[in-house]
Amino acid sequence: MIAFSNVNRDFLVGDQQVHALRDINLTLGAGEYVSIMGPSGSGKSTLLNLIGLLDRPSSGVYKLDGLDVTTLDDEEQARVRREKIGFVFQFFHLVPRLTAAMNIELPLILGGVEVEERKERVAKLLESYGLKDRAEHRPEQLSGGQRQRVAIARATIMHPSVLLADEPTGNLDSATGKEVIRLLEQLTEQGVTLIMVTHDRDNGNRALRQITMVDGRIVGDKRKSD
Amino acid sequence: MKFSDLLRLTVTTFVVYRMRSFLTGLGIAIGVAAVILLTSIGEGLHQYLLDEFSQFGTNIITIQPGKSQTHGGNAGIFGSIKPLTMEDSDALHRVPHIEFVNPSVQGNAEIRAEGKSRRSFVYGAGPDFPRAFKMKVQMGNFLPDDEAGQSRNFVVLGHKVRQELFSNTNPLGGYVRIGGERYRVIGVMESKGQILGFDMDDIVYIPAARALEMFNRAGLIEINVNYQPSADPNKVVESIKSILTARHGREDYTVITQEQALEVMNSVLGVITFAVAAIGAISLLVGGVGILTIMTMAVTERTGEIGLLRALGAKQQQVLMLFLGEAILLSAAGGLAGLIIGMGAAQALHALMPSLPVQIPVFFAVLAESTAILIGLAAGVIPARRASMMDPVEALRTE
Ligand SMILES: Nc1ncnc2c1ncn2[C@@H]1O[C@H](COP(=O)(O)OP(=O)(O)O)[C@@H](O)[C@H]1O
Ligand SMILES: [Mg+2]
Repeated sequence: MIAFSNVNRDFLVGDQQVHALRDINLTLGAGEYVSIMGPSGSGKSTLLNLIGLLDRPSSGVYKLDGLDVTTLDDEEQARVRREKIGFVFQFFHLVPRLTAAMNIELPLILGGVEVEERKERVAKLLESYGLKDRAEHRPEQLSGGQRQRVAIARATIMHPSVLLADEPTGNLDSATGKEVIRLLEQLTEQGVTLIMVTHDRDNGNRALRQITMVDGRIVGDKRKSD
Repeated sequence: MKFSDLLRLTVTTFVVYRMRSFLTGLGIAIGVAAVILLTSIGEGLHQYLLDEFSQFGTNIITIQPGKSQTHGGNAGIFGSIKPLTMEDSDALHRVPHIEFVNPSVQGNAEIRAEGKSRRSFVYGAGPDFPRAFKMKVQMGNFLPDDEAGQSRNFVVLGHKVRQELFSNTNPLGGYVRIGGERYRVIGVMESKGQILGFDMDDIVYIPAARALEMFNRAGLIEINVNYQPSADPNKVVESIKSILTARHGREDYTVITQEQALEVMNSVLGVITFAVAAIGAISLLVGGVGILTIMTMAVTERTGEIGLLRALGAKQQQVLMLFLGEAILLSAAGGLAGLIIGMGAAQALHALMPSLPVQIPVFFAVLAESTAILIGLAAGVIPARRASMMDPVEALRTE
């Protein structure tokens, strides 16, 4: 469902050309659980941003569910993001002045979903992520693990088919990190494609498919045999 | 995205940045309040003057000596100007559709009676004066229609003059000395109160011919002509001019209709009201700069949030609307507060000084609020556009 062919992404820094991604050819199927590892600056985040349609390739073609999405305009890309893609970030990126419930509600608000249905869906997610009694709390009143759970709830409330997590445990202690990983893994069991960038070898090795990047290239792509 | 959500999200920013939002809104509120307060006073004054003017009726024409564009053109820089005489006044009775003609000479003089003395306004008038100016005689009669050149020394007292000089005794038939000459009291006017700050009861009325002598004047100060309401004022003016020009040999006098007088007053007041509105507009503009500043700061501070919204699937246009809506709501709320403050202040002023008339002009209230909203729009456009044009990846990396 995700197909990259000969994708390059170059940045111009001053008059220096930085090749963040070089000739990426990659196919990911529905419901896959993929980790991306590699040294800092190897292009992991850039790849994730391209998959999530936050960025466009400098060259090459990206097809999502068979549709060439590189040629879509801003409005169409926004719609694809809203309907098919969920983001989870290292620094949570919660809106500080909104309650946990309202942070989770944001994608529904942007999508113009009716108030009744919104309340219902938010309440259900708060319940299943163990955040029920934190609904009216603001991010600063939540622990790191709770914040990331709010962020995951927000990423999944639109039932995306692809979940992109950029070092989701990078800002958490290892115990809380494990919890978050388990939460994300549960989602893959429901058929969501999970693509997770991580520095943590243990976490990375849990994925069924492990991609390694160096210097903008994919240098390793192995699957767990079992 | 629904409007109610836009409102809800914006309110959360107002709550978090309450001090900053309050001060920015205040800038707009002060501008709007100033416009409302000042135009209320201006409009009230306007209405007040109009009412005062039309108390005398609206079908009055005034003739003054001298040719000039405005009122009271005076003696001849441009050759000889003949004075307006009692004979001129009498001649105007020939004008068709005329109801009343009143010769008028005014001045101040010492009035003495019963051992008391008072300095009052002396009005030399004709017998038609009360009817021409819609004034009523309370007791006795007004001045009689004496033959030309044979005016007797009769006086009609204003309400206050009568009270001051005669207290409760009947003044009719009594005598007063005005400027050294003896006058017999034949009437007392009904109380009229003040008009444009002038006490209409502190006046004595004597025949215009006597007043000319007393003040040693060659001519009348003005002649007032009342025409029938059904008559065409332009035709009346034409007739007046043809009679007077025949008598004077040329047009060395000025004819002013009530309409012209009102027009002049209206345009002067209009300019004042407009100037006041312009001052308010400038303070609104300053408020607009405040909004521009605050929104520019907000966009910079909330860069990460903008990136997040885009990642969650917000369209550029939605980000634009969020920030533009915030600017507009800020200025609209400030404007609304200003409307309330301005109206309250106008009412309070009226309560404190009942003589100062205030009238809240709906036109300026609507204009001020829409200007506030437009200013919010204009001030919000640049920051909101910047927010919507941000590269989402870059935006997410800040913080
Ligand atoms: N917006 C950008 N402008 C310039 N250079 C960039 C930009 N984004 C990424 N890069 C560069 O591209 C390379 C890959 O970055 P990134 O994808 O963030 O790496 P990783 O996430 O693997 O650490 C780095 O050299 C980085 O400096
Ligand atoms: Mg990275």
